[in-house]
Amino acid sequence: MRPIRVLVAKPGLDGHDRGAKVIARAFRDAGMEVIYTGLRQTPEQIVQTAIQEDVDVVSMSILSGAHNHLLPKVVKLLKEEGVYDDILVIGGGVIPDEDIPYLKENGIAEVFTPGTTTTTTIEFIKANLKKSIA
Amino acid sequence: MSCNDKLQDCFKKWEEEKLEKALSRFGERKPQFLSGSNEEVRRLYTPLDVEDINYDDLGFPGQYPFTRGVQPTMYRGKFWTMRMYAGFATAEESNKRYKYLIDQGSMGLSVAFDLPTQMGYDSDDSISEGEVGKVGVAIDSLEDMEILFDGIPLDKVSTSMTINAPASVLLAMYIAVAQKQGVGMEKLRGTIQNDILKEYVARGTYIFPTKPSMRLITNIFEYCSENVPKWNTISISGYHIREAGSTAIQEVAFTLSNGIAYVNAAIDAGLNVDDFAPRLSFFFNAHNDLFEEVGKYRAARRLWAKIMKERFGAKKEKSLMLKFHTQTGGSTLTAQQPENNIVRVAIQTLAAVMGGTQSLHTNSKDEALALPTEDSVRTALRTQQIVAHESGVADTIDPLAGSYYVESLTNKIEKEAMKLIEKIDALGGSPNAIDKGYMQQEIMESAYRYQKEIENDERVIVGMNKFKVEEEAPKDLLRVDPSVGKRKCEKLKELKDRRDNELVKKNLEDLKKACKSDENLMPYILDAVNSYATLGEICGVMREEFGEYKQSVMI
Repeated sequence: MRPIRVLVAKPGLDGHDRGAKVIARAFRDAGMEVIYTGLRQTPEQIVQTAIQEDVDVVSMSILSGAHNHLLPKVVKLLKEEGVYDDILVIGGGVIPDEDIPYLKENGIAEVFTPGTTTTTTIEFIKANLKKSIA
Repeated sequence: MSCNDKLQDCFKKWEEEKLEKALSRFGERKPQFLSGSNEEVRRLYTPLDVEDINYDDLGFPGQYPFTRGVQPTMYRGKFWTMRMYAGFATAEESNKRYKYLIDQGSMGLSVAFDLPTQMGYDSDDSISEGEVGKVGVAIDSLEDMEILFDGIPLDKVSTSMTINAPASVLLAMYIAVAQKQGVGMEKLRGTIQNDILKEYVARGTYIFPTKPSMRLITNIFEYCSENVPKWNTISISGYHIREAGSTAIQEVAFTLSNGIAYVNAAIDAGLNVDDFAPRLSFFFNAHNDLFEEVGKYRAARRLWAKIMKERFGAKKEKSLMLKFHTQTGGSTLTAQQPENNIVRVAIQTLAAVMGGTQSLHTNSKDEALALPTEDSVRTALRTQQIVAHESGVADTIDPLAGSYYVESLTNKIEKEAMKLIEKIDALGGSPNAIDKGYMQQEIMESAYRYQKEIENDERVIVGMNKFKVEEEAPKDLLRVDPSVGKRKCEKLKELKDRRDNELVKKNLEDLKKACKSDENLMPYILDAVNSYATLGEICGVMREEFGEYKQSVMI
């Protein structure tokens, strides 16, 4: 079985990357291959990196309040590139509960809000991968 | 045997005769007790732990090394400034919130800008899409600043602005609004954050590379020391370093190291240390470990006084004083059982006040979920007012001084922080240490360790990993109207049709030329601002000339 490849991305303008870095470290400690984009990635850049790196998961961290705009845009672009069916898309950060149904309707598989353990996120990924890693 | 004579013996005797018996019967809750900075907390502190204290190291309030506070009367004279950080959506809505806060007893304003503004982009830039007005107020031009401070007399309030990379532009806008109100710049009181080094380390809203960024900062020091003498020209910020996951000791060390870098840069630019040092201010965090936090503020004051005196030869007493604003710890708040956050904020308020802060922002209970509502902000402000008026902690100066524990912590934090500062010195100072990723790496290690401690239940967060309840989704969160961005774009278009575009063009060209020279940029920025050149246009010129900083990414 090959390792799961995850892209950890920070879309939007906010520079608070504690959560992104902590989750990236946790993924790595759980045996995954992690690519971290760094700050301020546009949806286009995130999708390009996801394709180039052939990832299984796109995990986005966002605190700026722009999630309803940026996360669905990433999904839309992944669909346009024909890779959405292979890539699990998840999000996390300061995201009000009432926005979560909208995000899920728009292709974000799960949204992890503050207080979620890294283990919960890791287990979710393992259980919901779209591509086989065997 | 009198204990005063033979404390060591008495202590041993107590351990043998009393303690061992108790331990054999009950044991203790944990094999080891650790502070937030992972330093061992001993069972008991006695005079033995502070034997080496020389009272000169404490001094009296308002006296070197200012361990006990920077003013001789502290809160007996007046309370700290209750300064609530606020801003969202448009200038009109934020102006309403400021007036509400002033009505409720807030004593100073603190402006939160949205991310496009913090990054030097206009609301109509494609990169701003979805972000306009979200985490703060959107400011595109002087026109927005006029609305933001409409009806607020700038000679009567002091204003803090959380702005860094484009700080020079926002300061120029503030000066221009004051001039329109008939208030001379010599009367303006307030602070711009203007601390780019911590942006590279922890907060991420940088624009330019280190060198031009440091130039902009020293240009502001110079301009203000001549023209805006009451303005605090920088707020050297540990707050974000702590929020990014540092320990209290790292917070002190990295912040003061950045402070040293600014002082060095200003001296290299030809300024006299005593001309600008009195206008340096600091910004720290307040987390839940009450005593460690109090020790942190006291240690930071003492360290800075020594650094300014011994390293930089500052002579003026005011150059040696570390004055600071505090904000309670955003990252300590939980989305679970948000009411618990009110209690956390109260403890953190006590820490800041017993640590001798000059001003304080208290976070609201709903901030792990969204921007705070008017009601939750009021409770946060009331928390400060209750501590001020009802608790009695403000009635005597430095009330925890002499506590064996707190004095011992103060010494420890000073010593450990100094070790880290020396390490950064050895790496060539803050800017070099940042380029090498040293501070970022250290902070990330601490953040990850903290997260693991929570997940392994080694650290209890009430309501999150212990004492949990089933919760319904919280109601009544503040939502920023998504149409704000569209309205701002329309307004910007109208402005550009209306203003003297020839003059804007000329002013931007002059600024461009000045960027290439070694002239002070402030007068050029002020001219551009006065002709209603936008923030995006002005920063655009500097982006072209200076380039952009590239983050070195590591995990």
